[in-house]
Amino acid sequence: MNHKTPFVIKRIVAVSLLLLLLLLITMFIGISMGSTGSGLKAVLQSLSGEKGADSMLDTIVWQIRFPRVLLAALVGATLSLGGLVFQALLRNPLAEPYILGISGGSAIGAIIGILAGLSRFPGVSFTAFLGSIATLVLLLIMSSGQSILKKNTLLLSGVMVNAFCSAIIMFLVSMTQNAKLHNIIFWLMGDLSMSDIGQVGILAATLLPCFIILFLYSHSMNLLLMGNEMAQTMGVNIRRVTTILLVTTSFMVSSTVCHCGLLGFVGLVMPHLLRLILGPDHRVLVPACILSGGAYMVICDLLARLLPQQGEMPAGVITAMIGAPLFMYLLKRSKR
Amino acid sequence: MKKAVEIKGLSFSYSDNEILKNLSFSVPEGEFFIIIGPNGSGKTTLMKTIAGILKPQKGSIQIFDRPLKEYARKDLAKIIALVPQMAALDFPFTVTELVLMGRSPHLSMLGFEQEKDMEIAENAMALTGIDHLAHRTLDQLSGGECQRVFIARAICQEPKIILLDEPTASLDLAHQIKVMDLMEKLKKEIGFTVIVVSHDVNLAAMYGSHLLLLNAGIIASLGKPKDVLTCHMLEKTYNCKLLVDESPVGSFPRVTLVPRSEVVELEDGVNL
Repeated sequence: MNHKTPFVIKRIVAVSLLLLLLLLITMFIGISMGSTGSGLKAVLQSLSGEKGADSMLDTIVWQIRFPRVLLAALVGATLSLGGLVFQALLRNPLAEPYILGISGGSAIGAIIGILAGLSRFPGVSFTAFLGSIATLVLLLIMSSGQSILKKNTLLLSGVMVNAFCSAIIMFLVSMTQNAKLHNIIFWLMGDLSMSDIGQVGILAATLLPCFIILFLYSHSMNLLLMGNEMAQTMGVNIRRVTTILLVTTSFMVSSTVCHCGLLGFVGLVMPHLLRLILGPDHRVLVPACILSGGAYMVICDLLARLLPQQGEMPAGVITAMIGAPLFMYLLKRSKR
Repeated sequence: MKKAVEIKGLSFSYSDNEILKNLSFSVPEGEFFIIIGPNGSGKTTLMKTIAGILKPQKGSIQIFDRPLKEYARKDLAKIIALVPQMAALDFPFTVTELVLMGRSPHLSMLGFEQEKDMEIAENAMALTGIDHLAHRTLDQLSGGECQRVFIARAICQEPKIILLDEPTASLDLAHQIKVMDLMEKLKKEIGFTVIVVSHDVNLAAMYGSHLLLLNAGIIASLGKPKDVLTCHMLEKTYNCKLLVDESPVGSFPRVTLVPRSEVVELEDGVNL
């Protein structure tokens, strides 16, 4: 391995460019394919804004598929990055927003927001954020002290928090007659179909600063992996760094949850795959997670759109079908 | 001689359990200072307060004549490095990556290393004899190798004081000597102040320029090895029968355990 001066920087740039290409390719595929079969050429024409393109296809591509694919990419990026950050913070390779119940907490917040008649942004986003922070605090209290380092305490707490959140969600759904919640079950399984370009734009604008903040703290995450005490003696201000990471990640995750419900296990798949290929340096992993997490979600969503003969299935079905077996495998292996 | 560490009236408690009771002592620069004492006497706690990890409720700690609490984390990390007791890592960093992390306090937030940092890391790895392991990941190493990786990381940090928490606890005989020899070398050649917490009174006798014997959070004895490691003092502190004589391999005391001795009446009242 060559370790000359800006080796890490070179590596970050190379990995990012490669994965950016991958993301763009998957996004292009995602935009070109759909229930309305149409040739690649026509889609290309429409994308490039060429005159004479089919105006019907134009609408489908720009009003329906493009925002949806962009939303999928943003959500995938956020959840993968969220998984990566939680794994570093809790020093547990199995941590992930969904498994820890943080996504569930956001969903409760979001439902309460919807029931209270708030607008999706900023109202519901804010209640979702409160929900995620509340579950996070609950989780930290339950596994407080040094025991947070022990895998089982944390995972068990997460399972309990998650189960509790699901119960509350079902309770709320059953108690209400609110018409707004008619397709809530679909939404809960992770649904990307409610995307409109304006909202996706707002989401992108809120997520990008979070991505940047988390990248700036990527080296601190490396140091955190050695334990809080060691990280402190290497100059990390634990309290500040932990707070920033937790709040930023919760904010990010809750913003996506109120757009597309609960997408499980996304935060598990990508960080693990990338760590196997790229090693554990977070300065490389953060951009890699953002880009390939986006690509992964775009593909999952594409499968969810194309596989059923009629209609479509929630994307969360696909992510859980891939992610849950992987989780079981990792859990088994980590007990060696 | 400058004082690397000066402690006055230091007390520390976990809730109502007082671990350290009104300690005062100082460690001159360039010392090989070893803290010994029975289990639960507060050795590790003392080390953590010096490292700035635990905040004492009472008393003051000065590092090079400046109060510890006035240091920013990053500035303190440029002066004090800590080698923990066997750190477990679930994430597969390579030896080089881990040693390089020691540079963090000297670098920007993202820790991008320059060529100079790479050289410092390579030197540290050569000093600790782990250069041949550079590209291995930590989970492929033995306990002794791991220990040396963490020591290399601490050296790479270029501190003035290096703290080691029971560095020899899980090492075989050869590695125990190697680690202590290395610390002595660092002290002599680079001028490190070395502070070690150890269970091994014999290693302490061989290498320590000064020893601090801690018992139930109080300084039982402080001074040169031959003054601290007396039979009477050690039997009283450790509550067991011992034999102390001069070592046949040098002018330092040798402590020998006496098996099946009658005197034993252990603290918790268990009779052997």
